[in-house]
Amino acid sequence: MQGLKKLVLGVIAALGFGTVWAGYSWSFPSPVTPIAHETLHVHNLFMVIALTLFFSVLALMLYSFWNHRKSRGQKPADFVGPKSRKQWLWVLAPFAGLLILDYGVFGIPAYHAVLMYENTKTDADLVVKVTGSQWLWQYEFPAEGVKFTSRLATPRDQIDNRATKGENYLLEVDNPLVLPVGKKVRFITTSNDVIHSWWVPAFGVKRDAVPGFLREFWATIDTPGTYRGQCSELCGKEHGFMPIVVNVVAEAEFKAWLESKKTGAAPVSTAPAKTWTLQEAVASGEKVYGTICITCHQATGKGIPGTFPALDGSKVATGPVDEHIKVVLNGRPNTAMVSFARSLSDADIAAVVTYERNAWGNKTGDVVQAAHVTELKRAP
Amino acid sequence: MAHDMAHDLPHDGAHDAHYQGGALRWIQTTNHKDIGIMYLIFAITMLLVGGAMILAVRAELFQPGLQLMQPELFNQLITLHGLIMVFGFAMPAATGLANYMLPLILGAPDMALPRLNNWGFWILPPAAIMLVLPFFLGLMGIGPGAVDTGWTMYAPLSVQSGWGMDFAIFSVHMLGVSSILGSINVIVTILNMRAPGMTLFKMPLFAHGFLVTAILLITIMPVLAGGVTMVLMDRHFDTHFFTAAGGGDPVLWQHIFWFMGHPEVYVLLLPICGVVPHVLSAFSRKPVYGYRAQVYGMWGIGGLSVIVWAHHMFTSGMSTGSQLYFMYSTMLISLPLAVLFFCWIATLWRGSMTFETPMLFAVGFIILFGWGGLTGLVLADAAADPQYHNAYFLVAHFHYALYPTTVMGAMAGVYYWLPKWTGHMLDERLGKIHFWIVMVGFNLTFIPQFLVGLAGMPRRIPDYPLMFSEWNMLSTVGAFILGVSHLLFIYNVIKCVRGGEKAQDKAWEGAEGLEWTVPSPAPYHTFETQPTIK
Repeated sequence: MQGLKKLVLGVIAALGFGTVWAGYSWSFPSPVTPIAHETLHVHNLFMVIALTLFFSVLALMLYSFWNHRKSRGQKPADFVGPKSRKQWLWVLAPFAGLLILDYGVFGIPAYHAVLMYENTKTDADLVVKVTGSQWLWQYEFPAEGVKFTSRLATPRDQIDNRATKGENYLLEVDNPLVLPVGKKVRFITTSNDVIHSWWVPAFGVKRDAVPGFLREFWATIDTPGTYRGQCSELCGKEHGFMPIVVNVVAEAEFKAWLESKKTGAAPVSTAPAKTWTLQEAVASGEKVYGTICITCHQATGKGIPGTFPALDGSKVATGPVDEHIKVVLNGRPNTAMVSFARSLSDADIAAVVTYERNAWGNKTGDVVQAAHVTELKRAP
Repeated sequence: MAHDMAHDLPHDGAHDAHYQGGALRWIQTTNHKDIGIMYLIFAITMLLVGGAMILAVRAELFQPGLQLMQPELFNQLITLHGLIMVFGFAMPAATGLANYMLPLILGAPDMALPRLNNWGFWILPPAAIMLVLPFFLGLMGIGPGAVDTGWTMYAPLSVQSGWGMDFAIFSVHMLGVSSILGSINVIVTILNMRAPGMTLFKMPLFAHGFLVTAILLITIMPVLAGGVTMVLMDRHFDTHFFTAAGGGDPVLWQHIFWFMGHPEVYVLLLPICGVVPHVLSAFSRKPVYGYRAQVYGMWGIGGLSVIVWAHHMFTSGMSTGSQLYFMYSTMLISLPLAVLFFCWIATLWRGSMTFETPMLFAVGFIILFGWGGLTGLVLADAAADPQYHNAYFLVAHFHYALYPTTVMGAMAGVYYWLPKWTGHMLDERLGKIHFWIVMVGFNLTFIPQFLVGLAGMPRRIPDYPLMFSEWNMLSTVGAFILGVSHLLFIYNVIKCVRGGEKAQDKAWEGAEGLEWTVPSPAPYHTFETQPTIK
């Protein structure tokens, strides 16, 4: 049994070495929070125990297959249950072993880990509100009045195999979340539409974002760095395309970043807050469209028949302006068209509506100003 | 004389009148052997449909980037794969085995409720069509496509989806009714029609497995029906069961679904827990070890299965107390499962074993399902679960639990009883080749999924970051190998139906049980006079 265990561990080590050398991942990333450290420890312990159990029982079975064969002249025994004390020991020992494994080896540390995991409120240094939407994350520091959206930044060309994929393909965003190292951060999650789930493997935390409810978890990140994760609850077509990026930095740097976010979070298009001309609005709006609307309504504005309506030549995009703006502001209930009132600035909404009304075959000549959108939001 | 699908229609006058020929026979039959065959043919067809869908998915996942399809189609494929495999393949296959074999094993002339039996089957083809029709229509540009929420159909995504979801709701209703009717039939048959002298504790384990399964099914299927009706109401009749703004809660759906969903996986397991001891005993030429322990183990698993459902929901934000309860109650299930494993291995131990195809599949089931069960242990840890939940580690875990059980276990049963059904022994060489292709293909598909899940890859995504590439590529290769193996299985079965070495009544040297006392192939009507059991 000793020799076999050594062999197994040797094979695992060789595999591990091989995979590390090959450059691809095969286990949890390095843990940077207390929970992640604990979970990695539990996982490693489990792997050793489970693999040992598996291979020792397998060895027993293989031994039996080899020796207890008819072709080896083995005559079948006829026992149907334990009779002697020794046999009862054989029966009860694995049972007892499993009880100790379940409720002792795993169960006791798990109790403490669950309590630790749920200990969100005590001594939190900072609160971040995370809101999942289809298909982006919004981060908010309620106490500091900072709010911004974080969307996938990988260009569509890379996804469609027209351009080479970058190193952080599908794991890059326009506005990462920045957090201070060594501080206990209390996360509160919710959603605007369907259930999403926020997961950063290096933090060891995953929590669903449930619409209409607040959930919470915490993390104290012990090492500065950039940590990436992905949405972990199927939320529609772009579920695989709403990643999470967290930059963990020294406290001073974090404070500076927070300040910069307070004064004018850069909207998608950096459109100026003045009265703009048709050309200016269309140019800004095209950028907004190309980041957000294009995923459903497509570059041609023709949508996907039966699923996503066309904007080119549509009644909404060529009809009354206010109705068009309201669709973007409020979304369409029970469809994939979500409300953008909270995820796009008024300037961006004005720009993208202007673009849609003057692109492809649409030639309304309408220009929508940011101020008008603000007005409509106040008095629907 | 050539044997067709193994039924000797009697040639004397009295019975000829009520046997139709052709298609009408199959539509009107109330014969348990006919109905069993129909269930099995339906199941294998669904296995191929669900399998083709997931091969399309794996082809897309072969490399990063979107090559073959857009995410909308991908989401439909993974959803239909799950629903078809669970409700279209696994449950009908088990019901087919039950229908054919229960009367034979119990020494009964047929199932207790033969007309109900016919109806229970014939609900299935329309239900399957309802489920997949929106998919094919969508491919042709008509409508939004099939249900695309994952087989778990979480709200509010399910409330938001297109009308493929409505078709799925009605399909699930029909599938549920079929299961309930079949289960009623199984329970009534087992409780009322055993041969005289066959007490409940003399009844073979096959029947015990199906008795627990049937009781579980009638407990849980109405709950699912209620849940999907609530989704239908939210979708079309302005209710707010799953919307907070209306006073509801999306997580309510999860509770309802998993109250069905967790016992459901034991519904998939327990029939095989009934089949496998027969096969192990036959090919080790030893009586079943721990008969009573296995019976109590099956009941223990069934009973515990209904009180652990929220271990599927650890990340949804439940209280500390709930997490602890569901963690500890889930761990408890490992105990009766361990009893079963012990008894299976003890059945083999010091037997006189030969390794024909049914034995290979039964033993393969024990080994691979064992790994599935072990990986369930770390998922039960509520604090560690977030690192595994909804990532590929989970996908690999449940495929190690489900495939060896519902596919390999069912194949063990089919290969074991094929000589009884067809009158021919199967081609052993082909059967062994089938087995080894499955072992290679299955492990090559799912071991990389454990690894890529630990590395951080979420499930249900059509495209992925570059660091997950190599494992996905390997997994896809494995999937295609596994896919091909099913074609070999079908070929082997058809070959056995058409001919082969003549099978004895007792086709396997070590086989025990009433079914081996009737001729091979079994006559259309068997045990019209019930034997007396000592």
